Amino acid sequence: MENILEMRNIVKTFGKFIANDDINLEIRKGEIHALLGENGAGKSTLMNILYGLYRPDSGTILINGKKVEIREPRDAIALNIGMVHQHFMLVQPFTVAENLILGVEPVKGLALDIKKAVKQIQEVSEEYGLEVDPSAVVANISVGMQQRVEILKILLRRANIMIFDEPTGTLTPQEIQDFFKICKTLQACGQTIIIITHKLKEIKQISDRVTVIRAGKNIGTVETSEVTEQKLAEMMVGRKVILQTEREEQQAREVMLEMENVHAKNSRGMPALRGLSLQVHGGEIVGIAGVEGNGQTELALVLKKLIPFTEGTIRYKGKPYTKNVSTQELIDNGVAHIPEDRQKMGLVLEFSGKENLVLGMEDWKQFCKGPFVDYKALDAFGEKMREQYDIRCKSVNMAAGEFSGGNQQKIILAREISRNPSLLIVCQPTRGLDVGAIEYVHKQILEQRRLGCAILLISYELDEIMSLSDRILTIYNGEIVASYKNGEVSSEQIGLAMTGFRQKAAEGQQ
Amino acid sequence: MEKRETSKSEMWGKLLDRFVNPIISIIFALAFGAVLIVVIGNDLGAAYSALILGAFGNLTAFSETLLAATPLMFTAMAFSVAYRGGMFNIGAEGQFYAGAIMGAWAGNAITGLPPALHISLVVLAGATGGALLGFIAAYLKARRGVHEVITCIMLNYIAINVTNYLVSTNGPLRGGSTLPATQMIQETAKLPNLLPPTRLTGGFMIAIVCAAVLYIFLWKTRVGYKIRAVGLNPIAAEYGGIKSLKYAIITMALAGALAGIGGAVEISGVLNRFYGNFSSGYGFDGIAVGMLANNHPIGLLLSALLFGALKTGATAMQIQAGTNAELVKVLQAFIIFLIACKWTLSKFIERVQEKRQAGKQNHFNKAKEREEA
Repeated sequence: MENILEMRNIVKTFGKFIANDDINLEIRKGEIHALLGENGAGKSTLMNILYGLYRPDSGTILINGKKVEIREPRDAIALNIGMVHQHFMLVQPFTVAENLILGVEPVKGLALDIKKAVKQIQEVSEEYGLEVDPSAVVANISVGMQQRVEILKILLRRANIMIFDEPTGTLTPQEIQDFFKICKTLQACGQTIIIITHKLKEIKQISDRVTVIRAGKNIGTVETSEVTEQKLAEMMVGRKVILQTEREEQQAREVMLEMENVHAKNSRGMPALRGLSLQVHGGEIVGIAGVEGNGQTELALVLKKLIPFTEGTIRYKGKPYTKNVSTQELIDNGVAHIPEDRQKMGLVLEFSGKENLVLGMEDWKQFCKGPFVDYKALDAFGEKMREQYDIRCKSVNMAAGEFSGGNQQKIILAREISRNPSLLIVCQPTRGLDVGAIEYVHKQILEQRRLGCAILLISYELDEIMSLSDRILTIYNGEIVASYKNGEVSSEQIGLAMTGFRQKAAEGQQ
Repeated sequence: MEKRETSKSEMWGKLLDRFVNPIISIIFALAFGAVLIVVIGNDLGAAYSALILGAFGNLTAFSETLLAATPLMFTAMAFSVAYRGGMFNIGAEGQFYAGAIMGAWAGNAITGLPPALHISLVVLAGATGGALLGFIAAYLKARRGVHEVITCIMLNYIAINVTNYLVSTNGPLRGGSTLPATQMIQETAKLPNLLPPTRLTGGFMIAIVCAAVLYIFLWKTRVGYKIRAVGLNPIAAEYGGIKSLKYAIITMALAGALAGIGGAVEISGVLNRFYGNFSSGYGFDGIAVGMLANNHPIGLLLSALLFGALKTGATAMQIQAGTNAELVKVLQAFIIFLIACKWTLSKFIERVQEKRQAGKQNHFNKAKEREEA
């Protein structure tokens, strides 16, 4: 089988940072090829070069054996290369048809020939089995459907090399399976597909070969059938990695958090929590599964009393939240929170690492001397946290903005966990982190569980929820619609519940 | 990918940003001013030497420079502390007036006190007047979400017009002179003259003390920590239990107090009575002074000194070299413009380095192509 695409000796630097370090890549015609690597490894950069969004410092690209110059996306499109980005590039108020013809509008004289456009769309749609409604407004269709529109978009421009950048990040489990079916169909029609991802399970499921990129270098290309997830993880990180966190069986203790029929509004004044009820016991991890936008953000906010709740009760350690309870009071009483956006919500980036370590605790006796901040105590605390939580940096006096994502998350972990909380609310704890950092964060969460902390885990990664939780609740439209014991349910069932399908609770009323 | 640690060049970059950047802006402004002077047809050497000597040439000149700088130190602090707390205090002018009228009143109405106590009360009265205005602006923001810029601008007008009314003909605080002014303050309320025959009083020392206290307050106390956190990331601050609106109020009240002290000190040290409309825009100049110093309490002392020097030197420049004193306003504007543009030496160097890199790569690519052909 010949190579449809070859990238040779690609070097790309951004200032002093080497994103692609003399990378060679060979893609066979008609294969589904996965590009695996941690965040920042250089895989997206490599594909952006292929698509003409970046120009390499040096190196050559060959398509079907012929050398080509790709200076901008237009050149790539002319070479039948198409790219579907992680964050879709669709105009929300436009219809599907309007989005599909953007840039290649068929015209009749001066007017837009919509009829011709719809005909073209239908032809390609049928050829590849991708059903879409051309007159639907993009803002109103599902994420899975939007992805189909993006795929159709590049097919309409005659792509035969298709690049997908993290295609499954925003999809439900069912939509992910649909996507894989589409890939197989596309392959059968002669398409060559490159998938950029960091999801090992999915690579095993869909790809023919995998190339692992680490620190800007091509570590190796392997046949997917001949390699295990464990081996892929090791190649990706460069050392042995524990993939499956060991969660011991443990007796849950008394109820730490009780929410009954809680109603709350979101920042736009629309109802976000509509009668949400749940319970979390000490020593238990309750995972909240759901598609983004179903109230998870407001759930965390209302538990920290950052937004008010209009109805219902919240009981912590048996005592109800009063109308005026402040966030500081909750922090002082053992409520800890790992926010979903560590830079926007969890850190003051211009403050040093150690100043961030006491955010929320600056009034605590051990950190102040009268009205002054006790910087000596802060220094000692900073050093202790650096050691205990393996925060890698030149010094904790560095501005937090200079720490890597994983170490920033460690600062937040150190801050929240070192207070021995009784309730830990964790939101998207491993977003944007590499496998090594994910391993560490999961270990810390499980350790808190072992110590008896009640943990509420809100995550959009179903794998993470299924790996860590004792019980799994699905949230839909601001309510808990299903409840399962982990181990007694499949990811498909959870995926179904995430779309709102109600089921009888696995064990009584929550 | 681990972020690389702060390299040496990045530390140099920070140093450049904080010190060299302002200095470069000043130099460029002076250069631009020089061009203007030559275009007008004046003698550049005479003009600039008059400017510098007029500001620093002898003891009298230097004392005038300090006196001109003092109110700017206070209004710059008023702007900078608010900025650190995430707010834009354009109301220092009104706060300055409020402090001045309160200081003039306390200086006159209270009798029989030893000077140290009387002056302290005058300063306190000034702080209260300014703080009140700052508080109103922040309270409206906290309760009603009104942007502080709008309320501060309105409060400026209110302060100027109310104080004008107070010293108008038949106004309650009119001092009976032919000018719209209060009565003279008591002798005990006057800041003592430090260096006769100059006009120099200890006002600038009060400013220095305030700046030092402000520095300690912002960087060493718990409240200062919270204020800075709110200023840098109000969301993360809220998540950390800090009520950002509460601290916004504290910050603005403090800012107003500082401007108010400035007003009172100006009355106590220089004018000895409140004249209607006496401010030449101290509140607004304070913004420029603060920004030039990157809103740092100690840095703004030097920045105020520079602006004070320009003011004093301008008069000398006009008298001795015939160059219009308004040129100094042009210089000030240009300094502000350059700061706002962040015309930094470091960015310039970066750009040159990038071009050199690109040039090298081009050469390398062309060489490779020649090889492969």
